[in-house]
This record gives sequence, structure tokens and C-alpha cells, in this order.
Amino acid sequence: MRHTISIIVENQFGVLSRVTGLFSGRGYNIESLTVAPQDDKNFSRITIVTTGDDAVVEQITKQLHKLINTLKVTDLTNEDHVERELMLVKISCNSTATRSEILQIMDIFRGKTVDVGMKSITIEVTGAEEKVNAFLDMVRPFGIKEMVRTGKVAMLRGQKPGI
Amino acid sequence: MQMTGAQIFVECLRQEKVDLFFGYPGGVLLGIYDELYNCDVKHILTRHEQGAVHAADGYARSTGRVGVCLATSGPGATNLVTGIATAYMDSVPMVVFTGQVPTSAIGNDAFQEVDIVGITRPIVKHSYLVKDVLDLARTIKEAFHIASTGRPGPVLVDIPKDVIHAKCDFVYPDTVNIAGYKPNTTGHPGQIKKVVDYVRDARRPLLYVGGGVKSADANEELRQLAHTLRIPVTETLMGLGSIDGYDDLAIGMLGMHGCYAANMAVSDCDLIICVGARFDDRVTGKLSEFAKGAKVIHFDIDPSSISKSVYAHHPVVGDIKIVLGQLLEELQKHDIEELKKGHEEWIRQVAEWKEQFPLSYQQDGDVIKPQFVLETLSKMIKGKNVFVTTEVGQHQMWAAQFIQFEHPRKFITSGGLGTMGYGFPAAIGAAFANPDAIVIDVAGDGSIQMNIQEMMIAVQHKRNVKILILNNGFLGMVRQWQQLFFDRRYSSTDIEMQPDFVKLGEAYGATGLRTNKIDEVEGILKKMLETPGPVIVDIVTAREENVMPMVPAGASVRDMILTD
Ligand SMILES: Cc1ncc(C[n+]2csc(CCOP(=O)(O)OP(=O)(O)O)c2C)c(N)n1
Repeated sequence: MRHTISIIVENQFGVLSRVTGLFSGRGYNIESLTVAPQDDKNFSRITIVTTGDDAVVEQITKQLHKLINTLKVTDLTNEDHVERELMLVKISCNSTATRSEILQIMDIFRGKTVDVGMKSITIEVTGAEEKVNAFLDMVRPFGIKEMVRTGKVAMLRGQKPGI
Repeated sequence: MQMTGAQIFVECLRQEKVDLFFGYPGGVLLGIYDELYNCDVKHILTRHEQGAVHAADGYARSTGRVGVCLATSGPGATNLVTGIATAYMDSVPMVVFTGQVPTSAIGNDAFQEVDIVGITRPIVKHSYLVKDVLDLARTIKEAFHIASTGRPGPVLVDIPKDVIHAKCDFVYPDTVNIAGYKPNTTGHPGQIKKVVDYVRDARRPLLYVGGGVKSADANEELRQLAHTLRIPVTETLMGLGSIDGYDDLAIGMLGMHGCYAANMAVSDCDLIICVGARFDDRVTGKLSEFAKGAKVIHFDIDPSSISKSVYAHHPVVGDIKIVLGQLLEELQKHDIEELKKGHEEWIRQVAEWKEQFPLSYQQDGDVIKPQFVLETLSKMIKGKNVFVTTEVGQHQMWAAQFIQFEHPRKFITSGGLGTMGYGFPAAIGAAFANPDAIVIDVAGDGSIQMNIQEMMIAVQHKRNVKILILNNGFLGMVRQWQQLFFDRRYSSTDIEMQPDFVKLGEAYGATGLRTNKIDEVEGILKKMLETPGPVIVDIVTAREENVMPMVPAGASVRDMILTD
């Protein structure tokens, strides 16, 4: 089962490698990972998507918690949470007809054009992972030249405290 | 007052009340080594960095205090790796200092540069690279705090050469405040209460005790708990001595080479109260068969130990000494007689197993059986201030089986990592920490050659360290596996050439003794104990004796092989 784990760490060098080293050293898989500082620059938030049965994920969260520089570890999977991912995708388009078709699809997905060239168009899409995947499926037939995804970011909904 | 990094280093050791530490110098450490002239913190120069780190480990295990060692950058630092991993696996409080190339050179493949923080990341509790002298004192304070609190472990502090020479005002913080590190020491009262319910429902409870009891110095609380509720106690290799081996509730070691009674008790009990142990695979054998019918209560300081391999029906997280104290207090509110119901019957059953299948061996003929040597030694050291360390192999298991330990911390062995070459330097560390004691390293002829060079410092400092070699001419434990599982094909385990251990000891200035006669064993052990200073005893033993009983890897502990 896939799990989305949110980790607040002290913003010190070496912390990320301790976190990822814990995964690789124990043979746990990381599907996606995002990390950036918090508003308070002393802390960063890491969002990791990983797979494993309940026992494995329980171990992962406990081990993450055990790291000296981690403040909080939350498995968001079964909690009410919001999640987003950002994708930039460069799509082949040689004719005006394809271009307008692509733009139509983009509109439905509430994407944004970020660059247009003679032979390609680059679009930004954000949303839940499924939405990003769905968009990708729709434009794949045109030919995908290049793409990049951030991986998931996520946080608890509503009143629950972030830290 | 302005101080150099080197002065700060030394001052921090004094503030942490470090009386002595072990190390080996090198270029980047010259500032620190020079500073050692100006202080009363004693530095012991070992002959190998591995010796230094194991000695610091032995110092720590024998006292409960933080062990400290120091090595230079590059090869000095990498020579520590085995010792750090050993300490990590057995949760030993230790602070390891390494020198590093100057900050400006880090990352340039400079001479004697290695990323020791990176190399050791998976085997330390925490680590630091100190990039600014302003951070040095605080970092050292944190290192000692982290190493010694919560689940203890090794902490590495890497100090670049320019930081050693830079100057700043010395401020030693009074307290440590690490946002993400606040170990929970007191058990949740509700959880403590619930333990009593589990005990009330059980008729065949068992205490399964590991190194955590010793770490927390909780042996007295454990003894009280066992006796108040009348629950038999089995110990892991790391837990031996948590309860007096001569106590009527002590069963002995469980697991792969544990005794029959212990493994049967585990298989038949209806409640396991695990105290500071971690259900290592050497203990559980086949997981799905382990303690099938039992509820499991798990006391541990480290939440990640709980339900890692065996599901805990009821976890209690906290410092073992504190939580057992809480439990004892809670028990006073209950009818103890009711809680103890059925236990005497169960204790009788365990005693019957013990009697039916005791640890045994055949000492017939003239060839000395290693078990006989250790059984004899056990009787001779009863009630005396003696520490026993071991190397790794058959001799280690026989020491665990045949020496009765009355107190915790008296048995010092590499459990989690199983490090050959550990026992002798660890013995030296224990001997420095306990000058009034005798420390015996029970060794194999293979293992002892891994760190024999430290004989020099034992002689130089006149430490009361004895090496007892059970010399079977084999890498015995591996040979045993080859015999049992590889059709007696003894590939590379017959150590065809051995040094003359007596002469080797004498070359270092120690006393050397040898025998191959059964009727000389007692005499030679007596001589070993009575001769002051380092003694090396070479006892020629049976070549192909096996450690029994044995649970084959992957089998259920119920399916023990009792004799070969
Ligand atoms: C550093 C290290 N290398 C290899 C091993 C694997 N190993 C485990 S026991 C053993 C044999 C030990 O032989 P010896 O010290 O002679 O003791 P004996 O088993 O004969 O008592 C070996 C090689 C180990 N535990 N540690």
C-alpha cells in the first residue's frame, strides 16, 4: 500500500541524507520525495511517498522519528489531508490544429501555458496525483518530449496543527 | 576567555568528567595531542584505532559511563568503523572523536580525507561535523547527552584541523535543547496499570530480559518484580547477569544456543514480559513459531524496537528502571496472591525441564573439553570481582552457557555484530575502568589474533587482564556449521599455523602459560588469577567439540538439537 509521510526536520546539513539513508539502508522504496524550508527557516518539511504494508510503514515512521533531527513524523495516508503535485510537460505540436486541441485539454485540467515554440508547447499542471496522471494520459498521443514532476506535497486539512 | 579548539576539546572532556580516553594521533590532531600535556584527562595510546574504540566500549559497558575515543582523519577514522558498529548494535554509550582535514580542503580528496560522517551514518546514533569553533563546545555537550540518554549509542564528532586551531570564547552550555530529541523516560500510567491485567490473566508468565536492563541499571527492580510475582527469568546474551545466575528463578540464556528449559519456557508460556530486549533473530528462531500461544508485553526505551519483529500486544515505552519502578508501585495496590496464581506450578515445570536437560558435555578421556574449563573457572570466580569479556565464536557461547554471572555488567561481549577481536581491547578498557578487578578475555585461537597488538598497553600499564585461549586449532564456530550443514568440508577453518601464544605473550612482557592436561586445568586457572598483570593462557582443547544445544537457523526454538 502507498503511504504519504510528512516529516518536519531541523534544517541542518546532512539531515536529508540521514532520512534517505534510512530508507535505502533498510531496503525501503522511495517513490517520490520533496523537501523545502518552512516559513521558520530553522525547519524543513519533507514529503515522502513510499510503499509497504502496515508493519513496514510503522517501522519507517518509528525509525524516522528516532533520528535526532526530526521533530514530527505523520503518516497522512489515513488522515484527512490535501495533496498537490506540479508537473511541467513539453508536448510536440507541429500544427495549429494540434495546438488548439492541446490548449483545450489544458483548459479542462486548469493548466497553464508556460512556453510555446514552433514545435512544442510547455504546460504546467498542478493537482492531485491522479489529475496530473490523467492529463498526461490525454496528451501522450501528441508526443511527450520532456517532462518533470515535483512529487507530492501534502499536509493535514483544517484545524490539526502542522508541527 | 579565548581558547583554541584543542583547549575547548580538553575542557569539555573535563566538564563531562571524563577521566580517561583511548586514542591514536595523527597530523590533524597534533593541536589536541599537544594540549593533553596541560590537563589531567588521561589519554591511553593504543596500538590500533580498533583497539581504542573497543577499549572505550569495554570501559562504557563495565561502568555505564560514556566511553570516549579519538582517532585521526582518513585511515585513523576508518579503522574505527567496526568498533562503532559494534557499539551501535549493542547500544553502548560512546563518543567518538575524529580529526578531519581543514574545512577549506573538505571535498577536495585531500590527503587523509574521508567522509567519515558519511561512512558511519548508518551505524551511529547521531553525528556531527563541526565546521566552526563557535559550535564546538555545544556540539560536544550534545554528543555526550545523546550518547548517554534514551537508548544509548555511539555519537561521532568530526573536527577539522582548522577548528582545532581556531580560537573563541569558551562557553559550556548547562543544558541541552535539541528540538527533535526528547526521549520519553516515564511510562504512561494507564499502560502500567494494564500490565497488571495481563499478569492476572496469565498462568505461565515469563520474563525475557535483554541488555536494556543493564543499560538502565534496573537489575534490582527486575529482581523485585520477578520475586514479587514469582515469574521465571530467561536472559539474552546481552542480558546475562541481569538476574543472579544462581537465583532460583533464573533459567539462563534462550535462543540459538540457549538452554532447553529457556526455549521450552518461551514456547509454552502464555505471557512474555520482554524487558529491554529486541526479539533478535538469534533469539526467536522461526518467527511464526515463536511463543505462539503467548501474549506479549514489551518494555523498551526505544519505540522503534516495539513490534519490529514480534507483535507486542501491550507496549510500555520508557526508561526500564523508571517503568519497572512504576510497575512495582502499582503492584502494591493489588492482591499479589491472586496475581501469582498458578505460577509455582509453572516454576516447577521449568525446573523439571532444567533437570531433565541441563547444559551438558562429556568430559571423558584426557582431551580437555572447553566447557570443563569454563565451568571450572565459573566456580573459581564465584563471589569475586571478576569481569569476563569474550571474543566471538564457540568459546563465547560456552562462556555464556557455563559461567554463572551474579551481577550485571560483569559479562561483556559483542552480541549484535558478533565482532571477533572485540574481547581483548574491551577487557583492557574494563580493566582501566575497574583497577581493582580482574578481567578475563575468553578467546578463541582465531579471534585473539585480531587485536593481539593491544597486549602492549596491558603490559605497559600493568592492567589485570587475562587472556584465556580455548585453543581448538579451528575457527571453531564456522567449523561447527560446516560440520552440520556442509558435510564436514572444513574449507578455510583449519588454522594450520598458530603462533606460540606463550612466547607471544612473553615477547610483549606478559606471563604465558599453557596446558593440554585435564588435571592441570584448575591449577593453571588458579595461577592465571593469582599472577598480577597481564597473563595469556593457552589451553589446548578438543578439536571438534560443538556448542550444544542448538536451534538450526530458521527452525523453531522448540526444535532444538540437544546433542550431536
Ligand atoms: C571480524 C569477524 N570476522 C569473521 C567472523 C565470522 N566468525 C564467527 S565465529 C568465527 C570463528 C571464531 O574462531 P575462534 O576465535 O578460533 O573461536 P572458536 O569458535 O574456535 O571458539 C568466525 C570466523 C566474525 N564473527 N567476526
